[in-house]
Amino acid sequence: MIYWEIFLAFFIPGILGYGGGPASIPLVENEVVDHYGWMNLNEFSEVLALGNALPGPIATKMAGYIGYQQGGILGGIVGIFATVAPSLILMILLLGFLYKFKDSPKVKRMTTFIRPTIAVLLGVMAFSFFSTSYMDSGLWQSLFLIIISFLLLEKWKVHPALVIVGAMGYGAIFIT
Amino acid sequence: MKHLQLFLAFFRVGILGYGGGPSSIPLVHKEVVDKYKWMSDDEFADVLALGNTLPGPIATKMAGYIGYRVAGIVGLINATLATIVPTIILMIFLLTTISSVKDYPWVQGMTAAVVPVVGVMLATLTWDFFKKSQKSLGWLKSSILIIFSFFLMEIFGLHPAILIGGLLLAAIIKKDKDPKKERKIERGNAS
Repeated sequence: MIYWEIFLAFFIPGILGYGGGPASIPLVENEVVDHYGWMNLNEFSEVLALGNALPGPIATKMAGYIGYQQGGILGGIVGIFATVAPSLILMILLLGFLYKFKDSPKVKRMTTFIRPTIAVLLGVMAFSFFSTSYMDSGLWQSLFLIIISFLLLEKWKVHPALVIVGAMGYGAIFIT
Repeated sequence: MKHLQLFLAFFRVGILGYGGGPSSIPLVHKEVVDKYKWMSDDEFADVLALGNTLPGPIATKMAGYIGYRVAGIVGLINATLATIVPTIILMIFLLTTISSVKDYPWVQGMTAAVVPVVGVMLATLTWDFFKKSQKSLGWLKSSILIIFSFFLMEIFGLHPAILIGGLLLAAIIKKDKDPKKERKIERGNAS
């Protein structure tokens, strides 16, 4: 029942993803890599890298692509649906009700409360990416790429898409 | 006519929205308030606040709701799809192209080089969430929650969904303090 699995894998991040896209990245990773084993971390990193390099919301891009990969066009539709439908349906059903709560401190607190947990999930993920890189490309190549990409992204504010393309070019020539 | 406009408005938002949700908010505003005048500034602010009370990406929630306001259920579907489908198609196309040439060593080098870069992106996101936690919860509370989360998920293998679900419940159940020290939490739901 692949479609049901796809639905569940994206429904859970979709319904828990308070704090938006980045918050759902580790939740998606947890489902597709750890739980269902549809891809390894390297493949997931490709999806994430490309997802980061393209415009639009990250959660739906991951859902659409991974769903498509696992279950064709229909799988992609199921993944997208599971990601966006819960909050959209809730939004329309609860419109009057939500209106009362939109400035409630409880809502702000929901995002606040899960932030540390998301930070941990993201941190663990970052670490596993670094260790994968260390195994595949060795210490020096990894360190070089980490330092250069950090400087480009954070210090010189180069667009992520350009940094990803640059890294691909570098890898094609210097890492074999 | 309405549908074409809706589609075009959110297609532009989807294609130009680099860096996820927060970057697409001003784009949505430009289309919906300035260009097509579907709603006023105040209404738009309401939609944004409303969107932030629900989980999931902000861009699709806004698209869906505004589409619904302008043209009912069909409008909702239209606007949501216009926001997300173009980039998903692009992504599927690029990734399938990459995987069809997977066996060349230079392609493997390409993907190997991307891994640490994505690691850096995740590390900066981690730092971002960490800083925001400290700001909104204070140093002690956020540290406790971080250590607690780490142990539960990484050492005891608890599913993140259970932990997050529990925290969301705690946030709802907790009694509201009087808002004398409610610090403004920046953008809130960034997607």
